[in-house]
Amino acid sequence: MNVLRRVLLGLAAPVLALIVAGLFTTLLLLLTGDDVGGFWDTMLSWPKNRNLVNILNSASVLYLSGVAAAIGFRMNLFNIGVEGQYKVAMFAAAVFAGQAWLPGKLNVIAAVLVAMIAGAIWAGIAGILRTTRGVSEVISTIMLNAIAGPLVGYFLAKWGQSTGNSTQTKPIPEESWVGGITIFSDSVTKLYGLSLLAVVVGVLFWLVLNRTRFGFDLRATGSSESAAIASGVNTKRMIVISMLLSGAVAGLVGLPVLFGNSHNYGASFQAGLGFAGIAVALLGRNNPVGIAFGALIFAFLTEQGNLLNIMAGISPDIVAVTQGVIVIAVVIAYEVVRRARTRIEQAAVADALAAEKGAAA
Amino acid sequence: MTSAVAAGETAIELTGIGKRFPGVIANHDIDITIQAGTIHALVGENGAGKSTLMKILYGVQKPDDGTIKVNGAEVSFATPSDAIAHGLGMVFQHFMLADNLTVLENVVLGAESLHGIGDDARAEITRISEVYGFGLDPDELVESLGVGERQRVEILKVLFRGARIIILDEPTAVLVPHEVDALFENLRRLRDQGHTLIFISHKLDEVLAIADHITVIRRGTTVASVLPSETTSRGLAELMVGSELPSPSTEESTVTETVLLAVRDLEVTDEDGRQELAEISFDIHAGEIVGIAGVEGNGQTELVEAIIGMRHLSRGTVTMSGTDITHWTTRQRRESGIGYIPEDRHRHGLLLDSPLWENRILGHQSRPPSVVGPWLNLRGARADAERIIAEYDVRTPGVGTNARALSGGNQQKFIVGREMSGDPKILVASHPTRGVDVGAQAQIWSHIKAARKDGLAVLLISADLDELIGLSDSIRVLLRGRLVGRFDPQSVTPQELGSAMTGAGDDR
Ligand SMILES: Nc1ncnc2c1ncn2[C@@H]1O[C@H](COP(=O)(O)OP(=O)(O)OP(=O)(O)O)[C@@H](O)[C@H]1O
Ligand SMILES: [Mg+2]
Repeated sequence: MNVLRRVLLGLAAPVLALIVAGLFTTLLLLLTGDDVGGFWDTMLSWPKNRNLVNILNSASVLYLSGVAAAIGFRMNLFNIGVEGQYKVAMFAAAVFAGQAWLPGKLNVIAAVLVAMIAGAIWAGIAGILRTTRGVSEVISTIMLNAIAGPLVGYFLAKWGQSTGNSTQTKPIPEESWVGGITIFSDSVTKLYGLSLLAVVVGVLFWLVLNRTRFGFDLRATGSSESAAIASGVNTKRMIVISMLLSGAVAGLVGLPVLFGNSHNYGASFQAGLGFAGIAVALLGRNNPVGIAFGALIFAFLTEQGNLLNIMAGISPDIVAVTQGVIVIAVVIAYEVVRRARTRIEQAAVADALAAEKGAAA
Repeated sequence: MTSAVAAGETAIELTGIGKRFPGVIANHDIDITIQAGTIHALVGENGAGKSTLMKILYGVQKPDDGTIKVNGAEVSFATPSDAIAHGLGMVFQHFMLADNLTVLENVVLGAESLHGIGDDARAEITRISEVYGFGLDPDELVESLGVGERQRVEILKVLFRGARIIILDEPTAVLVPHEVDALFENLRRLRDQGHTLIFISHKLDEVLAIADHITVIRRGTTVASVLPSETTSRGLAELMVGSELPSPSTEESTVTETVLLAVRDLEVTDEDGRQELAEISFDIHAGEIVGIAGVEGNGQTELVEAIIGMRHLSRGTVTMSGTDITHWTTRQRRESGIGYIPEDRHRHGLLLDSPLWENRILGHQSRPPSVVGPWLNLRGARADAERIIAEYDVRTPGVGTNARALSGGNQQKFIVGREMSGDPKILVASHPTRGVDVGAQAQIWSHIKAARKDGLAVLLISADLDELIGLSDSIRVLLRGRLVGRFDPQSVTPQELGSAMTGAGDDR
C-alpha cells in the first residue's frame, strides 16, 4: 500500500470522530433551540494571534498530562491519578522554588526535579499497593486524587501567605521566573517558556517506547502479560517503574503556568487537567504524535468555546460535551477504520490474484 | 429437527469457497462434500487453510466467495450462533473451559435456555455422557479433570447445544496415545448414532485409523479426495506437500560427559500448599536430549516453569554448568543461554498483535541481534526474523505480518526458530512440534539434532511418543508430580511407555 493511502487511513478515524461529534453537537443545539449558525461561525473562525498562543499554551500542558496517562495505558495500567499527582507536584515545586534556596535558573531546574519526584512518589504509592497488596491502581489513584486536594489545602493553610481572602505559597523570586517566548509581535500573550518541556517529553516518550529495551518490555507487558513474564520481564518491577515515570511526567503538568504566569500555587490553580489528559491520550491512541493532535484539538475547542457566550449566547459547557463525544466516537471510529483497511487490503489481494490468473491463461 | 437427516445423505456441501487475508489467499475454489453419518478428515500442510475453512463453516469468518449448504439447504452464517442453530458445533484446539466451575456449569454456560441450569440440565448431561461413553460427572470441578476428560467436556458442550455436525480442529495434538484411543472410541459411537464429524489432524496414522473419507488441502484449495483404504500415510503426505518427503535418518549418540543442567530434589507446591512436583532429580549433559513422557497435567507445566524461573521452588536446586541458578530470574536464565519453547504458544510464546520482527525480540530482549546496549536494533531484528522465516519455512507474507495472522503450525515454527537462535546451551522444549505438519516436523527434528551434535542439552516434553523415542537419549516418565521410571529409547516400546505413564506399571 502506498504511503499516501496509509496516511489518509491513519487520519480517517480522528476525522470521522470529529464529524460525528460535530453532528451530535449540532443536533443538541437544534433541540435546545440555540443559535446553530452562531455556534459554527464562532468555533470555525480563525483564532486571533492572542488566542493562538493561548491554544499552544494549553495544548502543551494537556500534552504533558496526556503522555503521563499514556505511559500507564501502554501497559494496561490505568493511572487515573494524574490529577492528584500534578496537584501535589505543583504545590511541592511552588513551595520549594518560593524558598529561593538556589539562585536564578538553578532554582528552576531543582524545582522541576522536585515536581517530578513529588509526582512520582504520589503515583508510586499506587504502584506499590498494586504489586504488594494487589490493590487495583484504578481504585488507589482515585483515592489518592481525593486525598491530594485536602492534603495540599491543609499545608497551604499552614505555610501559605494570605492576601485578602486567598492564600498562596510564597511567590517565586523574579530571577527564577521563566520568561515567555514571543510568537506574534502584535500580541502581548507569550508562549510559556516551560511549554517546551512538552516537546522534550514527547521526543523522549517516542524514543524510549519504540527504540529501547525498556520500552519493548513495557509494550510487551501491555499486550500480553503472560508472554512478557515468559520472556523474562519482571512485571512487578515494570508496574512500579511505569507508575513512577507516569507520575514524574504528571509532575510537570503544572510547571509552565507556575513559572510563566502565576509564580505561586494558590487560587489560580487550574483543576481538571489530569482528567483531560486521559481523554487526550485516548484520542491520540497513546501514541506520541497522536496525543499532540488530541491536545491541540482539545485546546482549540476550549479556547474557541470561551467566545461562545459573547458571540452566540451559548454556554461554553457545550464544548465539554463535544469533547466527550469525540473521545467516545474515536474509539468506535478506530475500529471501523481498521475493518475498512482490512477490506481494502483483501481486495488488493484479489486483484493481484485475478491478474495472475489472467496472465496464466 | 436436523436429526431427521439419514446417513448416506449429504450433510455439508461446500462449493467454490474463497477467503483472502491481507497478503494471503487462505482459501480458494474449495469444493468438499461430506456425507451425513461419517467421519471426514481434512489434512494439509501448515497454512494450507484448514482452520480458516472450518471457521467459515462455523460462522466465525465470512467467506469472500462460494456457497455453503447444510443438509441440502444453502446457508449464510453471520455468527457461530447461526451455525449452532443449524446443528453445527466446533471444538477448538485451545480448550475454552472455566477451571473453577463444574462440568455442569461449564456446559450450560451460555445455553441456559435449553435445559435450564438445574436438574433438567444435569439429567441431559448424564444422558449424553452415558450414550457416548464419556464417563463425566456433572458436578465435578473442571480443574480436577485431565486433558482427555476436558476435551470430552468440550464435545459434550456442543452435543448439549444440539449439534449433529461436529468440527474438531486438531483434537489429538494434546493427547497421549491411550487418550487418543479413548477419543476415537467416542467419535465412532457418535458417528454410529448418526452424527457427522469433521476432523483435522497432522498425525496421518490417526487420520487413516479414524476417517471414512479424507480431503487433502494444499495451498488453499482442495487437491484430492481419497478413501483411507486406498492410501498410506506416505501417500497422504506426498499429496499434501506435492512432492516426496525426506526420509528420517538415524544418528549415533552425541552425549558428552559435561553436565549442563542439573536438577536436584526439586519440589513445587501450589498456593494451597499441595505438592505439584516432588523429589525431581536429573542431569542433562551437553549433546543429550532427555525426554519426559507423561499424560498432560502430571506436573510437566510446573517442571518447565520451575526450570525457566517462572515458578517458585519450595525445595531443591537447579544448577547450570556448575552454577547454582535456583534464585535467578527468568531474564538471567534466558540471557545465560536457556531457550524456551512454551507449551502454550499463545499465552507464553507470542505477542499476537505485534509483527513478527517484534516477536523475534521477545525473550531475547537483552541479546544481539535484536539489541545494542539499551537500544533495540530494528534492522537486526528484522533481518534475523527473515532468516528464521527462510530456515524454518514459516509461511507468511513477511516480517511485518502480525503473529496472529499466521496459522497455528507456522506460529510454532517461528517460535522454534527463535528459540534455537543465538546458540542456546540448554533448550527447554514443551511439545516443540505441536500442530506442525509432517514435513515441518522432520525439519524441526533435524534442526534439534544438529544443535545437539554441537553440544545442546535439551529437556524435551512431548505427548508424541514417536517424537520422544526418536529424539531422546533417555526417557523419564512423570506421573503425579514424580519421576517414576527411566527408559532407554533404543529398546522401549510405545506400549511400555504408555502403561508407565498411566501408572498401570505399578500393579505389576
Ligand atoms: N486472521 C488472519 N489474518 C491474516 N491472515 C490469516 C488469518 N488467519 C489465517 N490467515 C492466513 O491464512 C492462511 C491459512 O491459515 P489456516 O490457519 O487456515 O491454516 P491451517 O491449514 O489451519 O494451518 P495449521 O495446520 O498450521 O493450523 C495462512 O497463510 C495464514 O497466515
Ligand atoms: Mg489450523
